[in-house]
Amino acid sequence: MPADTNMKILIVDDFATMRKIVRNQLGQLGFKNLDEADDGATALPKVMSGGVDFIVADWNMPKMSGLDLLKAVRADENTKNIPFLMVTAEALKENIIAAIQAGVSDYVVKPFTAQVLEEKINKIFK
Amino acid sequence: MKAEYVNPFLNGTVNVLKTMAFVDPKPGKPYVKQDKKAVGDISGVIGLTGSTKGAVVVSFSRECAMKVVSSMMGEQYTDLTDEVRDAVGEITNMVSGDARRSLAELGANFEAGIPTVVVGKGHEITSMGKGPCLAIPFKVDNFDMTVEISFE
Repeated sequence: MPADTNMKILIVDDFATMRKIVRNQLGQLGFKNLDEADDGATALPKVMSGGVDFIVADWNMPKMSGLDLLKAVRADENTKNIPFLMVTAEALKENIIAAIQAGVSDYVVKPFTAQVLEEKINKIFK
Repeated sequence: MKAEYVNPFLNGTVNVLKTMAFVDPKPGKPYVKQDKKAVGDISGVIGLTGSTKGAVVVSFSRECAMKVVSSMMGEQYTDLTDEVRDAVGEITNMVSGDARRSLAELGANFEAGIPTVVVGKGHEITSMGKGPCLAIPFKVDNFDMTVEISFE
């Protein structure tokens, strides 16, 4: 079953540019219900208040990293099953292992195209 | 500086700009740069630590920055706005990440800092290390950009 294009996706990145690029790419893929946060600390209350169906978060952010956000989301009974795609600028083995251990759904390495994002989403929501 | 450190940055720049900005940068001949003055009008800078200390600078002429960022963001920019600065920082971040992946395959592991962006003609990059600085020039259409790398 393909991903629901009406699902609410939270894009988390400290760079406005990257949020816009991911927003544009998700828009190309038909997703319209998009929200943004500029780091983990701003994202967490949004996730905890409910209604977020999918999180796309950068790894490297000030205040609260993508990994710490993932851990916080997985630690809460109400949010622990939200699919979580981690965006990284590098694919260091130890980072990937840490993200998998923390329960990441999948990860995507920058730079990436809309097609790559689509493949990841299809894999997560199959 | 090890010669094998050059290609990861050259290939990383081409990969990032092709994938994210849909442009085809043509690399020129790398050269050793003597001063800390940036070649372009806007530069993204990231410090690297790990196998050795270093820095990478992605420096664009004004026209090149606007061309690349307009193409990447899908809207036209005619000035070096905050959005263009932010985008140059993110491009620098991605070039550094792509290069670090290739460097790790060579056994050289680096961690990167947060990118900073400097604007202005002839600006100086004071965070470049003590080591020699190698500049790789690129043409994007007819516009100039340069990637500078420096390792102690």
